[in-house]
Amino acid sequence: MKAAVITFPGSNCDRDLAVAFERAGFEVSRVWHKDTALPAGTDVVGVPGGFSYGDYLRCGAIAAQSPVAAAIRAHAARGGYVLGVCNGFQVLTEMRLLPGALMRNAGLKFLCKSVGLTACAESAFTDGYAQGQRVDLPIAHHDGNYTIDAEGLARLQGERLVAFRYTDTPNGSMDDIAGVLSANRRVLGMMPHPERAVDPAHGGTDGSALFARLMGGMALA
Amino acid sequence: MKARVTVMLKQGVLDVQGEAVRHALGSLGFDGVAGVRQGKVIELDLTDTDASAAEARVQEMCDRLLANTVIESYRIEIV
Repeated sequence: MKAAVITFPGSNCDRDLAVAFERAGFEVSRVWHKDTALPAGTDVVGVPGGFSYGDYLRCGAIAAQSPVAAAIRAHAARGGYVLGVCNGFQVLTEMRLLPGALMRNAGLKFLCKSVGLTACAESAFTDGYAQGQRVDLPIAHHDGNYTIDAEGLARLQGERLVAFRYTDTPNGSMDDIAGVLSANRRVLGMMPHPERAVDPAHGGTDGSALFARLMGGMALA
Repeated sequence: MKARVTVMLKQGVLDVQGEAVRHALGSLGFDGVAGVRQGKVIELDLTDTDASAAEARVQEMCDRLLANTVIESYRIEIV
């Protein structure tokens, strides 16, 4: 299985994301934001956390218009997998690959701590966790307050596209939403960082199951 | 020709930064501020000569980049 991890100017979790994919057995390529194509045979694209383009205008807004964004869009359109973490989630919402938007945290503070989540949808990303299982992952964001209109929220709930919910919402997100899936369940965006919880030295390894299951789940597909 | 785009959070979307500014004004002793909403102003210096064509182009810019219409609304003034 091949993973491609994007680097924008200002990305800072790209290496960690690449390492997490590698540890799960992926062959990982690093892709620069000016590249107009993904490596041949890419199965999953990782859109990392950080502050792409300085978060100018809005978080993820400029990255969503970068040359590589068109390649990510084409990859998703043909049913490819995409994982966006933190700023990567913001980029995917700005690209409209995922619904909703991420606004300034309700408490206005940058939050950097471990949070409790529950896994709550079936997908190749989340099937490594039992439904309702508690998962502890770090967050580090200023704009993670997930917002969507009533109709969109009803669709997410009805089609069970909320991948993770906070056990104690830190940022004001509607319906405690920490991560959402696309309608075909192959694009996941999430504010918590699974790639920062894949080694005992990280203080937790709850993120490992996401990458391991993705490796296994895509292999079966 | 210049265009001025004002981008604001849509009505009904809680503006947490505006609320923080409202509280800060209250703590400075400014009474009677019932609400504050914060947005951004973007000024564009355009080479267009036709105002209506310019406005149409700026509207497309707003829809594609300058505003996130999931949560924001915008107003265009050609000046």
